[in-house]
Amino acid sequence: MVDIPEHLLIRSAEARAKALGITVEQALAEMKGEAEPTVISKEPDVQVIDETPAPVAETPAPVAETPAPATTKKDTPEEVEFAPEVKVTQRLLTVVKAKPIQKPVSEPVDKVNTWPHLMLPEFVSLMAMTAFLILLSAILQAPLLEEANPNVTPNPAKAPWYFLGLQELLSYWDPQIAGVMIPLLLGVVLWMAFPYIDRNPETHPSKRKFAIMFYTFFLAGAGILTIIGVLFRGPGWNWTYPWIDGIWFDDLLDWIHFE
Amino acid sequence: MQKLSFRDKIKEARINASDSFRGGKLMSSIFRPGSPFRKGYVDSPRNRSYVVMNNVLYHLHPVKVKRHGVRLSYTLCLGGLSFFLFIVLTITGIWLMFYFRPTELAYVDIQNLQTSIAFGSLVRNMHRWGAHLMVLVVFLHMSRVFYHGAYKAPREFNWVIGVILLLLTLLLSFTGYLLPWDQLAIWAVTVGGNMAGYTPVIGAQAKFGLFAGLEATTATLLRFYVLHVLFLPFIIVIFMAVHFWRVRKDGGISGPL
Repeated sequence: MVDIPEHLLIRSAEARAKALGITVEQALAEMKGEAEPTVISKEPDVQVIDETPAPVAETPAPVAETPAPATTKKDTPEEVEFAPEVKVTQRLLTVVKAKPIQKPVSEPVDKVNTWPHLMLPEFVSLMAMTAFLILLSAILQAPLLEEANPNVTPNPAKAPWYFLGLQELLSYWDPQIAGVMIPLLLGVVLWMAFPYIDRNPETHPSKRKFAIMFYTFFLAGAGILTIIGVLFRGPGWNWTYPWIDGIWFDDLLDWIHFE
Repeated sequence: MQKLSFRDKIKEARINASDSFRGGKLMSSIFRPGSPFRKGYVDSPRNRSYVVMNNVLYHLHPVKVKRHGVRLSYTLCLGGLSFFLFIVLTITGIWLMFYFRPTELAYVDIQNLQTSIAFGSLVRNMHRWGAHLMVLVVFLHMSRVFYHGAYKAPREFNWVIGVILLLLTLLLSFTGYLLPWDQLAIWAVTVGGNMAGYTPVIGAQAKFGLFAGLEATTATLLRFYVLHVLFLPFIIVIFMAVHFWRVRKDGGISGPL
């Protein structure tokens, strides 16, 4: 037989002692087989509980009354046999209805098979993009100017095109505002928080005119600033007209020379 | 019994060989049960499902999608193209890594790549224009999602991940901008890095951390190289996985309007 660890024995002895209303030492002795089990003398006690069901639900463990058992047992011996079945050891707190965690949507949706209705157009667009990219790369040469030299500053020094809108903004305002606060607050914080700010559940453009307007203004603003930065800024970040003074945008060097 | 002609015998033998190969141990070990590669493809609703279900793309696509979502005019395939451009950039980028050293030799390496390595110029052009295109396509994808109101509940959080992906795309493009080590690269990055220097409170530290010094040097080149080829792709792939997973968990494509 496997030895039961002492701490587990004590724990179960405590539980047993609490349930039967006896001392822990006695319960321990019973479990080790050194004393007569108390359980038989407890059976009639349950009988008493059965007669008054209402308080049972409230009482966690019936308190043993030592003199009671013998008399009840004598009076109604046949009911005692059924007593263990009605012994209540737990209380009903609440009934939790079985419910799935994710709610299945039962509305019928008009669906089509992914193959071929989605995967074929996808494949065609990937091929088209590959063809476009290869063609573009064959026609347009990526720029490679002279080797990097920290001592020779080009005039103007331009950022990559997607930052040129910011660089343009930088020429109007203080760099702390235009260079950091606007991109950080407007570009990152506001942008990420947008779904949490715009709580209008409508998706149709006619029912969310402000949001559409807001984004379109942003798009137009960013577009105009970027185009100015790319095409209309020359040496000293002065205003130039691309058709008169030329273009200062080395990223499309090959394209500019192509003309 | 009709005697088979030689041509028919050949045909029968070919079909038998093909069947026994497709049903054989090798194909069974490679393809999942029900895969069209094992039992042949005859167009039927069942087989259309099997094509997706027995494919690794099942991680990306469900068996069925909403009808309005497959119209090209709805998404313009912009999300898929963003992902595809990332793959193209990964492939061309790995190819370029064979010929590039992020040291004082970087510029010479690019010159050699363009002049003395087969397809070097083409692959470099593809990598550069593909990167510009990816920034553009990701931005257009974001605009498409905005105009469709596709960021609304329950997709709010996927929009947040999408903005992070856009920022990571910009960072990837920006770090790659320095690598050719020419005048365009170093001064564009200097302009961008100086912008970071205007950050309140930690401006000087941000600039120092970005440049690995006070100005763009070869130490900056190495830093940007590691960010560009390892760190940022690693991060962006994690966010992309969550992004794609959330698209499906949030109920697939949004709409119709």
